[in-house]
Amino acid sequence: MRHEFRVRVGPAAFRIGSDWAAPVRQMRDLYADYPIADFTDFTVRLEAVSPLRRFIRPSVAINGDYMLPDAAPLPLDQGLLAAEMGMNLQMALGWRRQLILHASAAERGGKAMIMTGASGSGKSTLSAMLGQAGWRFMGDEFALIDPVTGDAVPYPRMISLKNQAIAAMRSAAPDARFGPLMHDTPKGDIRHMVPPEEAISRMDERAKPALLLFPRFGYAPAVREMGAGEVFMRLTQASTNYVALGEAGFTVLTRFVEQVPARAIDYQSGEEAIALAEQLWAELA
Amino acid sequence: MRDAMPLVTALRDPASVRALDGHGWSALISIARAEQLLGTLAYQLTDADLPPYAAAAMADARINTEYQQRSALWEADCARRALSTYPGRVALMKGTAYVAAGLIAGQGRHIGDLDIMVAAAELPEVEGLLTGKGGWEWVKEDAYDDAYYRDHMHELPPLIHKERDRMIDVHHTILPMTAKPRPDAAAMLADSVAADGMDGNMRIFSPEDMVCHCAAHLIADGDLTGGLRNLWDYHCLTREFAGKNGKFWENLEIRAKRHQLLPAVQRAARLSAALFGSDIPQSWDRWNRQDKHYIRRIIARDEWGRGTQKFTRFLFYIRSHWLRMPPLMLARHLWIKWRKGH
Repeated sequence: MRHEFRVRVGPAAFRIGSDWAAPVRQMRDLYADYPIADFTDFTVRLEAVSPLRRFIRPSVAINGDYMLPDAAPLPLDQGLLAAEMGMNLQMALGWRRQLILHASAAERGGKAMIMTGASGSGKSTLSAMLGQAGWRFMGDEFALIDPVTGDAVPYPRMISLKNQAIAAMRSAAPDARFGPLMHDTPKGDIRHMVPPEEAISRMDERAKPALLLFPRFGYAPAVREMGAGEVFMRLTQASTNYVALGEAGFTVLTRFVEQVPARAIDYQSGEEAIALAEQLWAELA
Repeated sequence: MRDAMPLVTALRDPASVRALDGHGWSALISIARAEQLLGTLAYQLTDADLPPYAAAAMADARINTEYQQRSALWEADCARRALSTYPGRVALMKGTAYVAAGLIAGQGRHIGDLDIMVAAAELPEVEGLLTGKGGWEWVKEDAYDDAYYRDHMHELPPLIHKERDRMIDVHHTILPMTAKPRPDAAAMLADSVAADGMDGNMRIFSPEDMVCHCAAHLIADGDLTGGLRNLWDYHCLTREFAGKNGKFWENLEIRAKRHQLLPAVQRAARLSAALFGSDIPQSWDRWNRQDKHYIRRIIARDEWGRGTQKFTRFLFYIRSHWLRMPPLMLARHLWIKWRKGH
């Protein structure tokens, strides 16, 4: 393809081919500190929906090894988002080496806190904030659980901040590097933040899962205990490859649920969430 | 590198992957994914000495294949249970059949939908059982499409299961009714054999019929999408069957004639010999003017996994309609489709 970029994020390596220079230039800039991959597990292609649409109102189709048949194309100024969506899709549909949980994660003292929840629960922002508060950021989108050791494997991709979280992180991490602000994406405003240097330099260091949180944004602060059955069911729903892993997936997930304490937390601000998380960490981890 | 030859070479000679560097492996894996042959490749390389990154990718592909095959056999068993009161024979087709029969062609093979064949006269009964207690329902609710399938195709309109979201194609023969060759579907069912590990009336085609169907699917139907995978099926099936039965090629020729599929089988044999080095009976091994176009179409895939050779692809697309329909019928079909804005 005309423009190409290869990068490794944690255990997974990607090559991104593009019909346009701009998305690849932006990725080179944001991923400057990441290892460049020789071999790549997955291919993402940012292709013009038709030859004309490379030039006139350029429109980016997200193609690659795995594709969604009805994925809507994005305008070129959201090309970076298209690449990130393509990379997420490859992981969600193709990765089989670890159990994938749709979750964020942060590490301290060799132990990992894992936060899972639906879009809008604030798990991404929470992990980014922990990364500024003495924790090592491990990932904001996928927590990878090794089926043999049960370890959490870092996947520290670009942190995807949405809407109000953008301003919040700009003030919480004034020295961080940010990608272009993208308006009117399918998920509102989106801006990518480069994870802290330590998250990248230590991306091959695994951690023992020690606490699982189900955060929920917008409710008065509260902590709720959860039964193992509920945790298990919610994690099967939060996993993109649980079924495909078969017996290995069942084994790793049951062990995870038996060994890692879990709590649901409600919060209304980042400070509240961090305080609750720290308190539970001190009690349980 | 503008074609799928890296994949063909790796399948034909697994030891050749030793020469690949990281970039070469990236290309090989993308091509194999696009051709739905990644699982097959991974099984071919099970015992190969691979660099760690490639070994990990191949292990992932094997996990995925096991999952697909487990799901496919489960789906076949669901169909068996739904049809338990149906007294006729039900033949599993394509990938599910290869896996159920434990054939080499089934090793690592990608499987999507479930394909079965029953006697044409008994379609209403089978359809009733599947859409009744079986829990399948029609995918499209379009009267023209529905009538088109029922009048002219070799299968019912596709059914999807309400809960499991899996498709089943119920065939009554192996080529569209409008195609020139008229395979003897009744003979295929009559000579089918019991599928191992599946009780009841679940069958698989005899070796010769399995190869005839494979060649018909590859050459005499469709636009050669998935052609490389179907050709690999042909290669594995014939190699295994010929190895077990010294009279296989003779029997295949007789059977292919009966199904009016000898030209399709012979073309598949020539293409497979050219790409995979398959054995081919001497009397079939004749130069053919059009084979090179088929080969160009079958390997039209670049190192990024993109389809190439747009013009050749278009010609084979036209051909696929031509094979299916006489010109007047094609005109009517395209007119109705155009008016409906499809």
